[in-house]
Amino acid sequence: MRGHAWKFGNNIDTDLIIPARYLNTSDPAELAQYAMMDADSEWVDKMSKGDFIVAGDNFGCGSSREHAPIALKAAGVSAIIAKSFARIFYRNSINIGLPILEAPQAAEEIKEGDEVEVDLAAGEIKDLTTGKAYRAQPFPAFMQKIIDAGGLINYLKRNN
Amino acid sequence: MPQTISQKILAKHAGAKSVEPGQLINCKVDLVLGNDITAPPAIKEFEKIGVSRVFDKKKIYLVPDHFTPAKDIKSAEQVKVMRKFAHKYGIVNFFEIGCMGVEHALLPEMGAIKAGDLIIGADSHTCTYGALGAFSTGVGSTDMAAAMATGEVWFKVPEQLKFVYRGKLPKWVEAKDLILYTIGQIGVDGARYMSLEFTGPVISKLSVEGRLTMANMAIEAGGKNGIFEPDIKVFQYLKSRIKNLNSSFVIRNSALRSDPDAEYAKIYDWDVSELEPQVAYPHLPSNVHPVSKNRHIKLDQSVIGSCTNGRIEDMRVAAKILKGKKVHPDVRLIILPATQQVELRMIKEGLMEIFIKAGAAVSTPTCGPCLGGHMGILAEGERSIATTNRNFVGRMGHPKSEVYLSNVAVAAASAVLGFIGSPEDLK
Repeated sequence: MRGHAWKFGNNIDTDLIIPARYLNTSDPAELAQYAMMDADSEWVDKMSKGDFIVAGDNFGCGSSREHAPIALKAAGVSAIIAKSFARIFYRNSINIGLPILEAPQAAEEIKEGDEVEVDLAAGEIKDLTTGKAYRAQPFPAFMQKIIDAGGLINYLKRNN
Repeated sequence: MPQTISQKILAKHAGAKSVEPGQLINCKVDLVLGNDITAPPAIKEFEKIGVSRVFDKKKIYLVPDHFTPAKDIKSAEQVKVMRKFAHKYGIVNFFEIGCMGVEHALLPEMGAIKAGDLIIGADSHTCTYGALGAFSTGVGSTDMAAAMATGEVWFKVPEQLKFVYRGKLPKWVEAKDLILYTIGQIGVDGARYMSLEFTGPVISKLSVEGRLTMANMAIEAGGKNGIFEPDIKVFQYLKSRIKNLNSSFVIRNSALRSDPDAEYAKIYDWDVSELEPQVAYPHLPSNVHPVSKNRHIKLDQSVIGSCTNGRIEDMRVAAKILKGKKVHPDVRLIILPATQQVELRMIKEGLMEIFIKAGAAVSTPTCGPCLGGHMGILAEGERSIATTNRNFVGRMGHPKSEVYLSNVAVAAASAVLGFIGSPEDLK
């Protein structure tokens, strides 16, 4: 996957990712219109499908709303690269099949607008603008199986 | 291997003798919870799994509390999805308007939670039930769907943090101040993925309701769960709510304590005798300052309620402050009893009259303004103090509004003062 980087800071909470005032629906296309609304109200119009979010520590802290990763996925975000993720957001992303990569150095060094290429299977992140390559933390084998199945529900169906 | 209380509960539900931090385990759950925001997507995912029944009709709790009584057509549709699902699968614990309450106040109050239970809920504040000695944590809708089908959930065993509180709490300093102070000290990711265990002489003296307030905000430090060892107060609380709670349950669970030589990633030990009421300034719950720091923060609104501070003890504190006083003409005071039972007791104890005479608006139970849903939304540039749990950007309304978090006494006193202050400032 290839796209441009959009940088966000530390502790990006789920209210910034998708404000609760839009949670009276769980329709992905509708939620996508409001992705990152309170962090940058024009972001959805500026970003292109396939782009990456590159953020600091504790991305996705706060509420358990699965609408947050759903909104980002439906908006066309191909993966999130962060220094670290909040626990429930991490679980939710794996469960719904939104790729997330924990890569502190990449999250620090990649600049807004850089062209980024990610090889998920290899856990490799390349900043094509600077030519630097980074490795993401590998997932435990059990989580990798959920990811490979395309999320928790598919994994359960496969194993039932 | 020595174990903490959290590890013991996880091990028991995983069918293991002991568990270690970092270990991936599969656990049986005692209760699965969802609300009107998180349950509808969970129901959609549940239907995809292709099972014909839920794992246990009595162990699934569906509480429409966030945007209820339905604030608009879309919210009404969400609750309709829950109601239909409950009927279709014979789910006993669906709580209609008139018997619902804010989920994390309702479940402990009705006796749905026991010490030693393992609970997941599709709401981040599910960690509240740790106050009763349960291992309880928030998950998303897909995890809820999977658990409704299988009765199981996977966990990574968290590392353990211990918080010891010593000394004597000064007047007007509440459980809320202990947890705000804690989050201020360790930060919003200070306990990320970890278990918080609260203990010490101050905790032993704290009421069960106060402990619910503290455990509620474990997530605001990034924690997986917050937990207290169940003591005599907890067992009395449970006995008054759960029929057929026999003495063997009490004896068995009295032993549910952390081993003295259990390992902790870190132990914090604080004397809180000099603690002032704490206020979390925008826009993070960790941005905590003593209430006396600034007496010039003018307010437009004060909100007393939520799963953090909407129980009867909270209402009594608010009434003590508001009795014979008037809410400042520039401030809107909104009081939200968290459950029907709380509201009923407010009427019986005469609190309702005190609030209404003071000029407060009292609402039926709802999460309402806490998450910017309804029943007290802020306009651009407006500022509210609130006994709720989050003060993120846009949390209570316009992205350019502000929320300050405090205990009940401060929120009530500030409503009268017109600025953020303590009950001492009323004299």
